[in-house]
Amino acid sequence: MSNSYYNDQDLAKFGDIIDWQPELGKKFFDYYNTVFQEGALTSREKSLIALAVSHTVQCPYCIDAYTKDGIQRGIEESEMMEAVHVAAAIKGGASLVHGVQMMNKAKDLLM
Amino acid sequence: MKSLKAQGHRLAKAEQQLYILRDHEAVGIPEFAEKINELGLFPLKSTGIEVFQVNVGKMCNQTCAHCHVDAGPDRKEIMTRDTMALCLQAVEDPSITTVDLTGGAPEMNPDFRWFVTELSKKGKKIIVRCNLTIIVANPKYNDLPEFFKAHNVEVISSLPYFSAKRTDAQRGDGVFEKSVEALKMLNAVGYGIEGSGLTLNLVYNPSGAFLPGDQMGLEAQFKSKLLDGYGINFNSLFAITNLPISRFLEYLIMTDKYEPYMEELANAFNPHAAENVMCRNTVSVGWDGYLYDCDFNQMLELKVNGCALKHLKDFDLQKLNERSIVVNQHCYGCTAGAGSSCGGEIT
Repeated sequence: MSNSYYNDQDLAKFGDIIDWQPELGKKFFDYYNTVFQEGALTSREKSLIALAVSHTVQCPYCIDAYTKDGIQRGIEESEMMEAVHVAAAIKGGASLVHGVQMMNKAKDLLM
Repeated sequence: MKSLKAQGHRLAKAEQQLYILRDHEAVGIPEFAEKINELGLFPLKSTGIEVFQVNVGKMCNQTCAHCHVDAGPDRKEIMTRDTMALCLQAVEDPSITTVDLTGGAPEMNPDFRWFVTELSKKGKKIIVRCNLTIIVANPKYNDLPEFFKAHNVEVISSLPYFSAKRTDAQRGDGVFEKSVEALKMLNAVGYGIEGSGLTLNLVYNPSGAFLPGDQMGLEAQFKSKLLDGYGINFNSLFAITNLPISRFLEYLIMTDKYEPYMEELANAFNPHAAENVMCRNTVSVGWDGYLYDCDFNQMLELKVNGCALKHLKDFDLQKLNERSIVVNQHCYGCTAGAGSSCGGEIT
């Protein structure tokens, strides 16, 4: 048992979640693998989306996995960082847009 | 940067590399021979030699960080014209269709042009594994594109990435810029240009401890980036896996990546790739005329099986076509993922 909440070796054990609930686990991985196949979006585009979302949900396993996936696909460092900025912009924007709610409430409260 | 040999590094010795590779239990992966035995492929047999690969010397103008040959300017091992003459005799049989010249930088061998000229008279397909920068390294090499064209040589050149950062990290400072210059010179005489009949293929190998991605996807990106950015054309991209040998093995050990990399290779074992590994239709000749199953076995000094067949002087095509191939743990590199050969993906 690791003393850390996150252990990078646990990423390779992701498939073990099937052991305790095979039916749902298998459905999840079938769905997951289908999502990342070439479709209306290329696998390359999906990899960059996954990298951006990984940063938004702040999942270290996902960041490791999709950084490696991007490097293997030949994606450039600048492209990966732009994807992270898209994630940051949406996450930052999501906080800031609530500023309008704050303004509305303040205006309602004040004379 | 000096070669491992010039540094006196322990991994310059093949037996030290084999000592590390053989300890598969420490890594927690099966023995490669056992793995292919499960498929009924052990002992791995030759399917008949079609490709005659010749390492004409370890001298090179570059000292790449991942080089499995440990080549460099300080390496003096060079094939003599006498040994080349033995090669010319050995390739007489029509079943040998291709002669694949590698090094080091093969062009640095003083008898390289003589050898290519003699080979071209035999009507064999000739491949030269050109590192590109040699073409611009010295004025005496500037006419190599014309020389290649005159002998209808297929040129295969390493370019690990379409930007300077990743290319130079692997192959040395300034290599990307010089490679671009050399590629333009090859394009200028027709190499890589549609309809010219002159083939220019590029080799991608990962700039780190990971498997190459999809070859077709990488090729599409290389084509677009090199054409849009530099006006460069080429025919195909070959994605080749780095094998845990020599300098790449040293890199893996120094960065604590040896065990995870070996695990990754073994976990990605592909039975279809194992059936079609390049050593089954290849023989590899060392600078001193000794025979090996592949260039990787050559660097690990694992000579071909059969006590009477180990040197060009004893070349016997029939016996070589019936030989069992020497395998070891590094062979996982050729069977991982989509497989890897000197011509890229296997499957």
